[in-house]
Amino acid sequence: MNADPRGVLSGTHFLDGDHACCEGALAAGARFSAGYPITPSTEIVERFSSRIPTVGGTFIQMEDELAASIAIQGAVWGGAKAFTVTSGPGFSLMMEHIGYAVMTETPCVFIDVQRGGPSTGLPTLPAQSDMMQARWGSHGDYSLIALSPNSPQECFDLTITAFNLSERYRTPVMLMMDEVVGHMTEKVVIPEADKIEVEPRRHTKKSPAEFLPYEPAEDGVPEMVHAGEGFRFHVTGLTHDERGYPSMTPQTQDKLVRRLRSKIDGANRQIGLYEAEGLDDAEVVVVSYGITSRVAQRAIELARVRGIRVGKLRLITVWPFPEQLIRTLAKRVTAFVVPELNLGQVVLEIERSAGSHAHTISVPHAGGNVHRPEQILDAILEAAK
Amino acid sequence: MAKGTVLIEVERCKACGFCVEFCPTKVLALSTAFNSKGYHPPHVIAPEKCSGCDLCGMFCPDFAIFGHRDVPAASEINQ
Amino acid sequence: MSVTTIAPPANPVERFLRTDRMPHIWCPGCGIGTTVNCFTRALIDAKIDLDHLAIVSGIGCSGRVAGYVRLDSFHTTHGRAIPFATGLKLANPKLQVVVYSGDGDLAAIGGNHLIHAARRNVDLKVICVNNLIYAMTGGQTAPTTPGQVVTSTNPYGTFDTSFNLPHLVEAAGAVYVARWTTYHVRQLSRAIAEIFQKPGFSFIEIISPCPTLYQRRNKMGDGLDTMKYYKEKSKVKNGAPTSEVGLDKQGEIIVGKFVDRARPDYRELMVNQMHESLGSRFIDPVAAECEEGEPQGCEEGLCS
Repeated sequence: MNADPRGVLSGTHFLDGDHACCEGALAAGARFSAGYPITPSTEIVERFSSRIPTVGGTFIQMEDELAASIAIQGAVWGGAKAFTVTSGPGFSLMMEHIGYAVMTETPCVFIDVQRGGPSTGLPTLPAQSDMMQARWGSHGDYSLIALSPNSPQECFDLTITAFNLSERYRTPVMLMMDEVVGHMTEKVVIPEADKIEVEPRRHTKKSPAEFLPYEPAEDGVPEMVHAGEGFRFHVTGLTHDERGYPSMTPQTQDKLVRRLRSKIDGANRQIGLYEAEGLDDAEVVVVSYGITSRVAQRAIELARVRGIRVGKLRLITVWPFPEQLIRTLAKRVTAFVVPELNLGQVVLEIERSAGSHAHTISVPHAGGNVHRPEQILDAILEAAK
Repeated sequence: MAKGTVLIEVERCKACGFCVEFCPTKVLALSTAFNSKGYHPPHVIAPEKCSGCDLCGMFCPDFAIFGHRDVPAASEINQ
Repeated sequence: MSVTTIAPPANPVERFLRTDRMPHIWCPGCGIGTTVNCFTRALIDAKIDLDHLAIVSGIGCSGRVAGYVRLDSFHTTHGRAIPFATGLKLANPKLQVVVYSGDGDLAAIGGNHLIHAARRNVDLKVICVNNLIYAMTGGQTAPTTPGQVVTSTNPYGTFDTSFNLPHLVEAAGAVYVARWTTYHVRQLSRAIAEIFQKPGFSFIEIISPCPTLYQRRNKMGDGLDTMKYYKEKSKVKNGAPTSEVGLDKQGEIIVGKFVDRARPDYRELMVNQMHESLGSRFIDPVAAECEEGEPQGCEEGLCS
């Protein structure tokens, strides 16, 4: 279905990533947000709190990130599309409710504008060091979706994608920004509402008598209902059966957890978004995501001037990880070069997927600013030797 | 004559004794019999005293007992 | 001659239960089931539309209530029932939202949410079953455990000061505050019925036995002994200053309705503020929904 025009600020704008993100959420149909202030993400909800009263929705500032990350889920079960935003320290507090959203299959969006860590770290400076936390930070086995924009335009576009994927797969989706992308101001084109595709909630058409809250459809995703519709349904973070009732057996656990993983992992092909260039004859492939991909672009250009056949693979979807794609590439390239604003996180996945077929060279950075193109170039030259 | 009736679902009972203790007209006592879980459920010892007040039903933490007021027969209403 | 078949009377609580989940997990002599009886009688007496009622629990023995009642029910994470309920209520103001949980859940791990929801005066009906201990995990000291009580983590007796919950929530801004025990079934049922007529943040504390982990460890008898203690030592003092209703190990229990006051709730404050600042540019989310063809909100006058 098309976007509700009330939330769409069609036109050409000059926006930073945080503000573009807010416009993406409004265009995607988000009508509820709960937040707790934290640099460098706060501008997203500041704009939302200013915009939403004239669009028709609610922003509430909660007492902490624990509250914000569960209030949005209450709102979702009340019928709204909802999201929250934060940065590292707040993201740590939200882990509890990322797990709850996974387990209860509550569609919602978490936006993490990454800054340097651990702990309070570098509040105003960038990092990409929450990538593994996004993947594994809540306890238990699960899969979820994480997207990584590298420009304000993409902050707008991918926020919509994040909402759409969360609705289609009934899963929390992480939008993994960073301080530079959040505060970078560029041209952002917002299309007309009828040009924006919005995924509706997978609301059941069954009657209360026929409906089972956790009975999966063919793609492993159950249909949903909201409170107040006469279904008298139950939702719990405990291991539950198709009725939604707690069931403390290894059989129920096995069936549920495997389904929660496979509905995401099995749809990797549909969820995966990548930007690829020059992969066909590449000897070296630079794999990057988010702000680092813009530095990598310069390094790739410098390497090509020197006659090295360098391919570019930008991960827009980071989780689920494109294991198959890397495995295929590994069989025909010499090496992968992986710059990240962390000391080596996503590179571990590339190493694992490439196996013994290709070298993997990490270009680590502890955060605080971005790489110099030369750092990445040196790694490419090393790889091409 | 009794104004009410008390109904007991023996299998749900865990023999806490709340209903026996707080019945205002002392209709109940714990039985010497066991239910399948090994608890002694209450039984009615003075049915004629039941007022149907349902205090037993409000106290019972196991949803195993309740009282209701008897509906007079149509013939009694006509009189 | 016509024959009328009269259905046998059913336990009034029955239609509110997920009977396929019975028997419940609560111990013999536990008071939580008693509170559920009072809650369901209140729903009947207050003529609550069950299709527009949702119940939210946290974690713990009392947190299991949501799973046993046949309503739209949410068993959330530990301590977070109130912020979940806040989101639910604000996204769908047509719902009556009840938070039903325990003292450890609401006042310890969820203590921050409790005071802030009371401060905001979110329209939530909070029912706090206070058994003075963490029961589900085996009887550890809770912030409500009175002094001198032996617990599994204070084997030589507790010594730190406990929370007086009515005083706490009154200070934080609740518009209705009452305390009853599981002995006071009629009063409790009436109090719950009453808060459904009361917009804003209402809080009812129910003192309830945990014979397995509190009374037994403290040689205070079983559930029935505890109920007799409540009967003997409770004193009804409606309007009592909440600063004077703190609990100790074996002393008097002051019960009654302590606070009943009016102030605008969160949504009313928000709508008024937005109207004042934005005038006709403000779009009430409920009104926005009506335009999309869901007229229920209008019937209840929420758009006006």
